[in-house]
Amino acid sequence: MIETLVFYMFAIICVASGVLVVTARNPVNSVLFLILAFFNAGGLFVLAGAEFIAMLLIIVYVGAVAVLFMFVVMMLDVTVTELKQGFTKYLPIGLLVTVIFAVEVLGATVAWHMAPEAAANIQAATPAADAVSNTSALGKIIYTNYAYLFQAAGLVLLVAMIGAIVLTHRKRRDSKKQVIAKQLARKASEAVELKKVETGRGI
Amino acid sequence: MSDALLSDYFPILVFIAIAGVMAVFMIAASWIIGRQKPDPEKDSAYECGFEAFEDARIKFDVRFYLVAILFIIFDLEVAFLFPWAANLGAVGLFGFWSMMIFLAVLTIGFVYEWKKGALEWE
Repeated sequence: MIETLVFYMFAIICVASGVLVVTARNPVNSVLFLILAFFNAGGLFVLAGAEFIAMLLIIVYVGAVAVLFMFVVMMLDVTVTELKQGFTKYLPIGLLVTVIFAVEVLGATVAWHMAPEAAANIQAATPAADAVSNTSALGKIIYTNYAYLFQAAGLVLLVAMIGAIVLTHRKRRDSKKQVIAKQLARKASEAVELKKVETGRGI
Repeated sequence: MSDALLSDYFPILVFIAIAGVMAVFMIAASWIIGRQKPDPEKDSAYECGFEAFEDARIKFDVRFYLVAILFIIFDLEVAFLFPWAANLGAVGLFGFWSMMIFLAVLTIGFVYEWKKGALEWE
């Protein structure tokens, strides 16, 4: 009973904030509604018994991805009037994409058939949800049965790291950074010169 | 879906409810109890005595973005450590070395960014 109520609360707030993400005038408000949507999706995951995914959603998406979205919103320097300008121009394409997506989702959910041999090809049996917690159910198969995919995930992270550095990191010429080793290696003979000045002449 | 799991999370639901009620109460109370006598001068933005010159949104240095991306990557790396640590006995030696290789790959990236100076602010 209470579970159903909580499910509908999370689901309604999630969908409503999803709508507000698209319709909010201020892009910063959109990002804040997106965070609300993430939180409610996390709640839905907890209700489905996937607590590890729920916590990951909050830590990674709310804690990090939302920050990135905020940066993008700030960095793009978008003004609301500029954003609304192309609305009618892009409306047909947007509608087309929406229709295609809706048809695909309907096709996938209405006429979904699992191949009979798929269950036999699975790498490891999914543990029963009641027997183990979500975190240990994941941990038991990620690192052993799915080791290749796990290493591929590591490589994806490596590529992301290197790509981010290559794309955005610039050495600054004008920075006045202190290099202590350079300061200590400097000798008085290189820096100071004594001049004998004759009286009344100047240098 | 197990009921034991959901009853573990019930205190968090109570917290969410209290937080929501508290937030609504504070805004509603100041809206109802406070005297509202708006005039254009009160409603205008006040910034050190003069009108704001420009939008609050400005282009800023891309290095903030780089720091955030590097943070996400290590955040995900740590997220992978949790199920591993919870099942270290179950996954055995293979699971242990699987994670060590994963960490080594990301350490290569870490050394790269350290040497490249991406972690220094200058």
